[in-house]
Amino acid sequence: MELIRPDFGLLFWMLVSFGIVLLILRAFAWKPILNALKNREKTIQERLEVARNAKKELAEIEFGNERIIALAKTERANILREAQETKNKIIEEAREEARKEASKIIEQANKRVEKQKKEAEEDIKNQIAGLSVQIAEKVLKERLSDDQRQKEYINSLVNEITIN
Amino acid sequence: MGTDKTDFMSGRYKYTITVALALVIIVCFQSNSFSSGNTDLQATDSSSEEEQEEEGFNPGEMIMDHVVDHYSWHIVTIGDTEVSLPLPVILYSEDRGFFCFWSSHFDHGHETYKRFRIAQEGANKGNIVELDEQGNVEEDLPLDFSITKTIAAVFVSIFILLGIFLPIARRYKRQPNRAPKGLQSLLEPLILFVRDEIARPSIGEKHYEKYMPFLLTVFFFILLNNLLGLIPIFPAGANTTGQLTVTMALALFTFIITQLNGKREYWQEIFNPPTVPWWLKFPLPLIPLIEFVGIFTKPFTLMIRLMANISAGHIVPLAFFALIFIFGDMNPIAGYGISVFSLAFTVFLTLLDLLVAFIQAYVFTILSALYFGMAVGEIK
Repeated sequence: MELIRPDFGLLFWMLVSFGIVLLILRAFAWKPILNALKNREKTIQERLEVARNAKKELAEIEFGNERIIALAKTERANILREAQETKNKIIEEAREEARKEASKIIEQANKRVEKQKKEAEEDIKNQIAGLSVQIAEKVLKERLSDDQRQKEYINSLVNEITIN
Repeated sequence: MGTDKTDFMSGRYKYTITVALALVIIVCFQSNSFSSGNTDLQATDSSSEEEQEEEGFNPGEMIMDHVVDHYSWHIVTIGDTEVSLPLPVILYSEDRGFFCFWSSHFDHGHETYKRFRIAQEGANKGNIVELDEQGNVEEDLPLDFSITKTIAAVFVSIFILLGIFLPIARRYKRQPNRAPKGLQSLLEPLILFVRDEIARPSIGEKHYEKYMPFLLTVFFFILLNNLLGLIPIFPAGANTTGQLTVTMALALFTFIITQLNGKREYWQEIFNPPTVPWWLKFPLPLIPLIEFVGIFTKPFTLMIRLMANISAGHIVPLAFFALIFIFGDMNPIAGYGISVFSLAFTVFLTLLDLLVAFIQAYVFTILSALYFGMAVGEIK
């Protein structure tokens, strides 16, 4: 047998045996192996994807939390500010109210005082008038006790009147 | 990209071949001088074969005897007894029909059995020839379907191949999403290498899956046989991928698959390449002729390349061992002296052959993939 002379029998056996090996390995080795490798790659790919998504979601949730906290903080600040404002307003209003009430009371008191004053004045006037009349009566009684004096007085009065 | 890689590779194994050829030529010259000496002696006393064997060491014959195919599988020679595994001889003679017997009946070529014998010289040296009733060698060889050493070694490698991959495949099937374990983790990168570095870039995403079984089988078959060839102990050590017939069968598979899957563009590229000026196609179809021959030269080079590289890988270390005996014939001390050098070189060459084993499996696979890629025409 020579090295570089093809041998028909050997070629025949080679073709048959290699062909059979090819078919056996194709059916029972390469297909399952290649499929498994492909599936594994797919699974890995999918899991990586899932992990990436989960990470993204987590980040989003964290971001959401922060946002909620920030929101709550501003809300709290708002509420506090509003409460402050309301408090101030209420106080202010109460003060205003009190002031109004006070002024009203004062005014009423003033009015009453005025009225009483007037009444008192009236009263005093009346009393003074009465007293004056009594005094005048008394004076006149005295002055007109003698005739002389009566005449003089009447004359003076008449004089006065005429002048007027 | 792929062609760059193969060019680089071809550079490398061209170098190997050159070295191998140079050494073979040296050895052959030496063996010629020896054998011519032998024939002179033979002429003078017309000695028989056995006497000739005793004459001295013939390195060329020894090397070729190790590299070529045999009807029995020689394991070891202890003293004068050859221990070898007899293999079935299957013959079809036109006159006498089928014959099937163990090769041990030939007693290593010394005996004639049922009018068949192994030719010891001439054009059919080493082959089984048929004798006519007078004991003369007939012209026509019987059809020879013998399970020779090579095909027996191929069977061994096939058993190993199946023994490795079928259990692994079962693991992939049963535990698909587990991390690879043991042998699986050794072979998975190779499988992925064939898929991602050879098939995908050469054939293209659309079609590569169809060719994966063939590419993987051919890759691991060649690789395993190359590696087994490097192990010198039975049942390894046969020069399977260095046999022209074996590589011819593999290349024939590539050839047939390529032609069967050739799309319209593939045949158009061969018979009417659109980018070639018309005067190269008509009236003399120069380019189509070249392209048509190319259909056959491509698998032919696959066949020769693998066979030459692996045979060279067997021949060169043997040549270095032969040096020991050549020098030993001159002077025993010279033989011992040279043996250190020979051994060192053989170790180095075996390591080189280890590399070549991988490279050749890779080259055969990637070139097959490229031819498939051309046939399906997805990658321009």
